[in-house]
Parts: sequence; structure tokens; C-alpha cells
Amino acid sequence: MRADLLSDPVEGLDEALAAVETFDQALVSGLLRPGAAQAAAVAGLAESVAGTPLAVRVAEAAERAAAGAAGEDHFVALAAARGALLGSVHDALTLRIDEAVGRPAPEEKPGPATAGPEHGTNLLAAARTWLCDLARSGWRGIDHELVAGAAPVVSAMLPEPVLRRRATLLDGFAAELAASCPGATLERVPVRRWADLWSRALLLTVPGSAGERPDGSVTGRLLPLGVDVQEHATAVQAQVHAVFEPADGGAPRLVRAGVSAPKPDTVVGAGLWQLLRPRMSLLGAVSEGRSMELADMPVTAEGDLVWDDERARAGEPADPFATARVRLSAAAAFRVAPLDRHPVRIAVPVLLEGYAAHSEEGRLAFDLAGQRLAVDTDRIPAAGPLTPEAVAASHSCVGLLRWDAGEFLLQPLAVETTVRKKTVAVHAGAWAGGTSDKAGLRAEKAATDAVAVLRERAGRLLRK
Amino acid sequence: MGVGALSVWEQSSTARVMAPARPRKLAKVPFVELADGRLQGVVSSGSDIGRVYVSSVAARTYAFACSTNNNRPCGGARGMFCKHIQALVGEAVLQYGAERVARYLAVEPPDGEPDAQSVTAAMAATRPEKGDSSAAAQVFSRFLRHLAYLELAPVTAPLPEMQWFPPTRAVA
Repeated sequence: MRADLLSDPVEGLDEALAAVETFDQALVSGLLRPGAAQAAAVAGLAESVAGTPLAVRVAEAAERAAAGAAGEDHFVALAAARGALLGSVHDALTLRIDEAVGRPAPEEKPGPATAGPEHGTNLLAAARTWLCDLARSGWRGIDHELVAGAAPVVSAMLPEPVLRRRATLLDGFAAELAASCPGATLERVPVRRWADLWSRALLLTVPGSAGERPDGSVTGRLLPLGVDVQEHATAVQAQVHAVFEPADGGAPRLVRAGVSAPKPDTVVGAGLWQLLRPRMSLLGAVSEGRSMELADMPVTAEGDLVWDDERARAGEPADPFATARVRLSAAAAFRVAPLDRHPVRIAVPVLLEGYAAHSEEGRLAFDLAGQRLAVDTDRIPAAGPLTPEAVAASHSCVGLLRWDAGEFLLQPLAVETTVRKKTVAVHAGAWAGGTSDKAGLRAEKAATDAVAVLRERAGRLLRK
Repeated sequence: MGVGALSVWEQSSTARVMAPARPRKLAKVPFVELADGRLQGVVSSGSDIGRVYVSSVAARTYAFACSTNNNRPCGGARGMFCKHIQALVGEAVLQYGAERVARYLAVEPPDGEPDAQSVTAAMAATRPEKGDSSAAAQVFSRFLRHLAYLELAPVTAPLPEMQWFPPTRAVA
């Protein structure tokens, strides 16, 4: 990898982010009674998309918002403008990464056309109303009553599989806002983050916006690289990053396979795996260090396999480091769908070797031929054997290249260290399929007990 | 590459806002949450396996309520916090950390460093009123909502927005 390219400035990035940042600050105090600074912020956002097809709608929305009279469609237009700016940031950063890792660039292919009317449009409308109220009050104006407005929407959406994506986002966002009430006394506000979650949730209230339906199917061999875990208080998702080799001899591709589950907030740590394991046999294959053979597995236009155990069977042993060394450089990624483009989506599998790890002010960084790459050790899930210490002692690393708050970061998925002259690999997702590790077993048992107690106590309450 | 006056944390899309709940044993207090402007939850009876108490303390006023699953008022919660409410505060501090509990309830313990005892004592010292018992029905419905998460099946359709929710090694 050419790490030097990662530290070169990206043209236009600062300007795009400045427009986003100014708008985001307007959401801190809210758009109910906008002052001069907020009027300028929304006007600035409109100006930044003046050369795009959004121009007219966003200009009108900015005008109304500056007068404190924005309606729901106007807020959606502002969120779309903000999304377009961050989409351009995503594209610029992705091009830079393509150059740095030197892998074949993915072909741009149009995603499947989105369908018309969608299930649950009344719930989408309810979500939109809540989000627009949030924009009016601003993060400094949130209180318990306002935030609680999300609960009935989330409860009605969660049981509907087609609305799961929206429900999970709204649920995680609302929980954060609830924990931060009242906004007036907050020490600091996560300005970019909440504006991100707000605008993303608002765009997803447009029917047809969550077009994650499969776009085809694939047959061939899946070689796992590692597992990325994401969680909030009431949801968890595990995504396996892998190289897929088509059976027809076509070029290898980078794909993901994910499984997610809602959860009570008291089920945490290694207990999360038992929620996910039964739904995706791939987690077991990852723990065993195996490949899997896929037959007609559905895949989205973004390269997400929509996993079905019936279409997969265990294959030969496959070491993720061997896969990364031999296959990764030839594997092309899929492009992220235009509406989903945002820097937070950047997660590019890379293999790094021959670096020097060192700590600066408590943060780990890899020195790659004189170029520094920050390592995001906080992202290593607690529910696995990989630790920041193991990463610091490593000489090879399979990880995900990411970008956040103005810099590229490496999220380790697995490392190789040398212990008594032998190479030992440690994988973040090693407990995904099960573990014999003492700490892991204890955590799994605690989670099993938690669920059993909840069910028993609920039975007492519900009996009458 | 920072462009404005915002700190790195403020510019971060993945800024960690809440530490995840810490694991705790659920037998004594199966459910606790900070919601609806209250610390509220469900507490098991110490003597009767078949009985549970629905308990709550309001933020700011510390108005409290405690009753059984059969809707009988708790004998201990007449003029002051009963043991169920004390247990509730204790488990909330275990799950969320004392700081978050104190902030949510708007409690400022005199010595600065909050813990379960100092938070409870600081609230009790204001001689809070007994609250409206109608809270029980709401707490109960929140508990049902919480349990409903156990009944929802996992899905394998991608949830791209979970990228905004990375794990953290920090605990409450």
C-alpha cells in the first residue's frame, strides 16, 4: 500500500466539509427561530449544491428554513443536499484509497431501479414528523418528551423485516438523544454525528430509499478475511468481509455477509454472538478458519451477500492471512449505492506488513515506510481475543481502512505476532462461531442467564 | 484536515456518546432504564418468587412510586424510598455508571463523586413526595417493549447505518 497517498490533501475536501460543518452547527440550536448565522448556514448549503440537479429544491428549502418556516419536504431537501456533499467526500476518498491500495477499481454499474409504493408508508411519515420536530428544536432543545416521540414509531417498525433498517437507525439515534436529555445542559454536542444520523434517517423516510434488495446471485468459493462488529444499546450486526471467487473463473470480488439482531440492552459482550450464530453458518466457518462454497447466494448491487444457510456449505480450511496475501490484491470491490455514500461507509480490507507500531499520546499508530497511519483500537470488539496490546506487538495485520474526522484510520481485524519464534494469528472474530476461551465462555453463560431471567420474570408479570 | 472550530470529537461521525451497558446479574432487578424522565424498572420481591415490584423515581423532583404486579402499593414506600427503589438505584449505577444516573436524575451529590449511596442519599435528603402511581402502567409497558427485543428474529439483509455504531472498549 502506498501510505504516502493517504496523507496528501484531497482537492475540494475542505470546502465540502466546511459547508457541511456550518449547516451541522445550525442544527445545534435548531431551526425553529433561526438567527443570522443559521440563515447563512442553510444558504451556504444551498449554494454548495447550486450546480447540481438539487439546486432549485434546496434553494427554496433554504429560503423557507431561514425564515423559520420550513416544512417536512424542505427538511428532506436540506438533508439531501448535505448527503450529496458527503457523498462527494466519500467518492473523493474512495478514489484516493483505490490508488493507495492499487487494486482494480470496481466498475460503475447502475443499481436496481427502486420500486414504487412501499410497505409502511404511514410509519415512514410518522418518523419524518419526529425528525422534523428534532430539527426545529435543535440538539440544545431536546427534552424527554420530544425524544420519547420516536418510541411508538420504532416499536411498530421493528417487527416488520422490510422496515428493520430504518427502525434500527431510529432506535439507536433516539437512545443516544434520550441519554443526553436535557440538551440545554449538555457539556458538548456530537455535532457531525447527530447531523449525520438525522439526515440519514430523514432520507430513509422517503419511500423507495432503502433499496437493499438482491440484485442477482453468485456461485463460488467464499474466503473470509475477518469480522467487523457494530452495536448500539438495542441492536448488533456482524459483517464478515471476504474474498469471493466465482465458480465460472471470473475475477475475484470483495464482498460482505452480515447478520443483525435486535437485543435488550442488558445482553452485551460475547453474549451477542449467540443471538447471531444460529442465523448464519458463516460465523462458524470463520471461527474454524474455513472457506465456504456458495450456490446461488443472493447478492446486492453493493456487494452484500444476503445470507441463506441453505445456499452455503463448509469448504476447505482457509487462513485469512493467506487469503489476504494471495487473493486480496486482485479482488475488486463493489461500489456503494449513490444514496448510501458517506465517509462512514468506507471500510476497505487491507493487508499491512513490515510496519513499526508505536504509541503517541495513548493512541496506537503504524509507521509504514515513514508514513503514519492511526490505528482505531477502540473499535476492536470486547467479545473476542484480539486486544490493543496484541495489535501493538504485531508485525502483520488484516484490517479495514476507514476515514473519520479528517483522517484515515486502520481498524484491525486480525494480527500476526511472533511468540517464541513462531507466528501466531489472533482474530477479532474468533469467538463468532463459539469459543473454548474461559472469559468468552463466562460471558456467553452470563448472557444466556440474562435472557432466561428476563423471560421468567416476564412470565410472572404477564400471568395475571 | 480540520476545517473549522469543531474539535475532533465534534467532527467525528462515530463519536461515542454512550458507553455500552455493563453486564450485571438480572435476578434481583430484571429491568432498569432511564426513560420518560424517570429512573424506572422492575424489582423482584425478596420473599415471594411470584411477586415483582414496579418502581420509579422521577428526574428533578425525585417523586417516587412502587407497587406490586397485582397493583398493590408497596408497604415500604410510604414516606420514603423503599428497599426496592434503593435496589433500583444500585443496579442502575451498575448498568449505566453513577455519573449518567446522577445526570439523568439531576442529582448533585455534595461530595462531587457520585455513587449509588450518595445519589440515593442526596435524593432522600430533599424529602421527595410520593409520586403518581399511574407511572406503574407506563413502566410495565416499557418492560414489555424491552422484552419484545428478545422475540425479534435476526436478519441477514444488510443494515448499512450500523456503520455509525462501532463498538467501544470503554465501559460505563
